[in-house]
Amino acid sequence: MRRRDLLLQLVPALGAAGALAQTTARPLPLTRAIPSSGEQIPVVGLGSWITFNVGNDRAARDQCAEVMRQFFMAGGRLIDSSPMYGSSQGVIGEGLQRLQAQSRVFSAEKVWTSSDGAAQIEASRKLWQVPQFDLLQVHNLLAWEKQLPLLQAMKAAGRLRYVGITTSEGRRHGEFEQIMRNQRIDFIQLSYNLLDREAEQRLLPLARERGIAVLVNRPFREGALLRQLQRHPLPGWAGEIDCTSWAQVALKFIVSHPAVTCAIPATSNVDHVRENMAAALGRMPDAALRQRMASDVGKL
Amino acid sequence: MSEWWTYRLSDFLMFSPRTYWRLIEHYNQAIWPAHAVALVVGLVLLWLAADWRANGGRWIAGLLALAWLCVAWAFHWERYTSINWAAQYLAMAFAVQAFLLIVLGVLRRDAHVPPAGMVQGMGWLMAGVGIVLYPLAVLIGDRPWAQAEVFAVMPEPTALATLGLVLASNDLSPVRRWVLAIIPVLSLLVGAATLWTLST
Repeated sequence: MRRRDLLLQLVPALGAAGALAQTTARPLPLTRAIPSSGEQIPVVGLGSWITFNVGNDRAARDQCAEVMRQFFMAGGRLIDSSPMYGSSQGVIGEGLQRLQAQSRVFSAEKVWTSSDGAAQIEASRKLWQVPQFDLLQVHNLLAWEKQLPLLQAMKAAGRLRYVGITTSEGRRHGEFEQIMRNQRIDFIQLSYNLLDREAEQRLLPLARERGIAVLVNRPFREGALLRQLQRHPLPGWAGEIDCTSWAQVALKFIVSHPAVTCAIPATSNVDHVRENMAAALGRMPDAALRQRMASDVGKL
Repeated sequence: MSEWWTYRLSDFLMFSPRTYWRLIEHYNQAIWPAHAVALVVGLVLLWLAADWRANGGRWIAGLLALAWLCVAWAFHWERYTSINWAAQYLAMAFAVQAFLLIVLGVLRRDAHVPPAGMVQGMGWLMAGVGIVLYPLAVLIGDRPWAQAEVFAVMPEPTALATLGLVLASNDLSPVRRWVLAIIPVLSLLVGAATLWTLST
């Protein structure tokens, strides 16, 4: 067992000091195993697209750090970002430093360039202020033929734990599938939610078959899905799966899919991150209820 | 970019409306009272455009070049790049426009070639809107005064005023006039797309 993994298991047992000390008093979120290693991660993570790109706005940076604090206190671990996301990487790095959470976070980054991937990864690492990344993904398959071997070499050299690829909003699923079949990858990241369910047809079953972990982006369609749903009262079945909000309904639908490892909703709102993390607690829908959820929401 | 037809304008917007308007608010607070100087310069430009005395065109082009450099450096490069990596290219485009204004508007002038009356009138109107009325747009959006967009401080009023003054110019050949209009028009399109996406 690596020293870092050992520490991760010891920290909850000993009671983490400082800002994250209250974590042990709270119920632990549901976790899923990363197929390639067996390592467990909470089924709800934290995205950073738009929400953490706040530039040098001091008040907004403080608010993002508070969101991260609440996220970790609720048992969250995986935070996802990209060089494409403006100042998000630096905001995350500042939050990790302030919370002393570098050993707690599961860092999911991306490489997004057709030129020097190694230089971009190193620049990202400095912004995150972490010794190394847990997961690096080829963002939107950009120059994947060049960047995937780089990531695999980093993993082989022990400078990276997991390798992945990403897409969003259903783009390039054909090529995505071919990479899943022909390359050695640990993670995929794609868009999947109550209304956008194309991934159920081929990619999610293939991920199970090939033993690939799945991160789900845009669980709320960048908020548009929730704005649409919040005009309606929660259905009766929401109580059966311990949901008190549409956000929790949307997240439980996603993370209850057997192929999904972790959903990564993005928010800069402290109440929303608490609400999102609560979706990793309580009862989950079975296959029959998932079908009903999708059907009922599709009619709204 | 593959499958480019599947992308929407909103897919390129990487910050929230709140972040964008707070950036402008903090920028305005940081450079205050430069806005007063900018407004005076803008009014001088309008006076020069209306009077159009000898060498007035050179002064207009020189002051506009200064305005474009100010926006390129103080807004695009120093502030906007913190939330939009593409702003570095906008800064470069604004610097190129300043260069073009100096080369085509200050160093070389053409003979007296006034545009059609309607074009000149439209140009004066656009310049007036960019310099005098544009900052008042905050009232329409129900935003605070601290978020006002002022000529020579923010890109859109600067581009609008420049486009107007170039169209109204008496001593630029049609070719030079159109060359000097390209970047302002593109800047206005980028600004309109950003504001439209922020509002939807």
